[in-house]
Amino acid sequence: MVEEYLSLAVKAIFVENMALTFFLGMCSFLACSKKVETALGLGMAVTFVLTVTVPVNNLLYNYLLKDGALAWLGPDFARYDLSFLGFLTYIGTIAAMVQIVEMTLDRFAPALYSALGVFLPLIAVNCAILGASLWMVERDYSFGESVVFGIGSGIGWLLAIVALASIRERMRYSNVPPGLRGLGITFILTGLIGIGFMAFSGIQL
Amino acid sequence: MSAKNREVLLDPLFNNNPIALQVLGICSALAVTTKLEITIVMCLAVTAVLVGSNLSISLMRNKIPPSIRIIVQLTVIASLVIVTDQILKAYLFEISKQLSVFVGLIITNCIVMGRAEAYAMQNGPYSSILDALGNAAGYSVILLGTAFLRELLGSGKLFGFEVMSLVTEGGWYNPNGLMVLSPGAFFIIGFFIWAIRIWKPEQIEES
Repeated sequence: MVEEYLSLAVKAIFVENMALTFFLGMCSFLACSKKVETALGLGMAVTFVLTVTVPVNNLLYNYLLKDGALAWLGPDFARYDLSFLGFLTYIGTIAAMVQIVEMTLDRFAPALYSALGVFLPLIAVNCAILGASLWMVERDYSFGESVVFGIGSGIGWLLAIVALASIRERMRYSNVPPGLRGLGITFILTGLIGIGFMAFSGIQL
Repeated sequence: MSAKNREVLLDPLFNNNPIALQVLGICSALAVTTKLEITIVMCLAVTAVLVGSNLSISLMRNKIPPSIRIIVQLTVIASLVIVTDQILKAYLFEISKQLSVFVGLIITNCIVMGRAEAYAMQNGPYSSILDALGNAAGYSVILLGTAFLRELLGSGKLFGFEVMSLVTEGGWYNPNGLMVLSPGAFFIIGFFIWAIRIWKPEQIEES
């Protein structure tokens, strides 16, 4: 049991890294990776929101939306299939969760709140968050698996953005051709980090 | 068509490209470009959602209270994406299976949100549609270019038909495996940006 969860975590962090193999959350990945400090803050916020939303969406899917999921209300409800409402429900959960996280942090951890600043509300439209929920549904994870998957994919994303930010800080000292400066070289850098992460791809767990 | 409208329609193609300059909608640009066929379906889906969301948000723009506009926009976009997803599942089931979660991810595609927020909230329905078409075209140009190179160099095919015969089947072309994998997409888009900025030097960034 523990082994199974451990291998799922390793898979989510390294082998199937959200940012580098599935390209999820790329917009903020490229836009907020100029400094290690902001990258770290954003990465932690994403990890936290993923840890909460994936299990919550898992419960919603299994007890409300799935074909026949409403059976606990009574036999009459067993024939409803609400899975077409999935996208709307997940994005609603995520938006609400981000709002709650924002208010809680503001009340209990003001230092972290001001450090994250504008990135907190932006997490609601980070594709990595919605993507993780959609993968969870598509791969039919159980509740326990979805908790591990949420944490794991968050940590993977955090690792990737901190790695990119550290390299970009060093890029200031190199002479990049004018047309590639900024966005262009960042794409090529991400590709190179992606090749590095491909070393994990042969691992069978 | 007046000069202003033409500018709204054509500017996003190269002068203000959503991917190469505004850094919007990159996730899907990288993930669905291994085969041209899938890419075209994805481009059509994004175009449909973008036009629909820009039109409906521009029509409602005076009725939406500013404090909850993000939720209203997300709801409109999510409903349009659900419709698109159901249509794809009904008529193009094979392709929708291959696109898997990326149809759903159109909801968080920054282009749709970004154009609703930046353009449709301030402008009338007609020019909002032009803006949507222009940005969808700018997105599609980069996507189709990337998919063309990735499919041609990665598997020697275009639209699934063999163009360059592979070594494994007794031909002459040795496929470049890197193109099919994720880093290939990053390199190609990076070089696209380089090419656009050599052509239009005013887009070059400082630092």
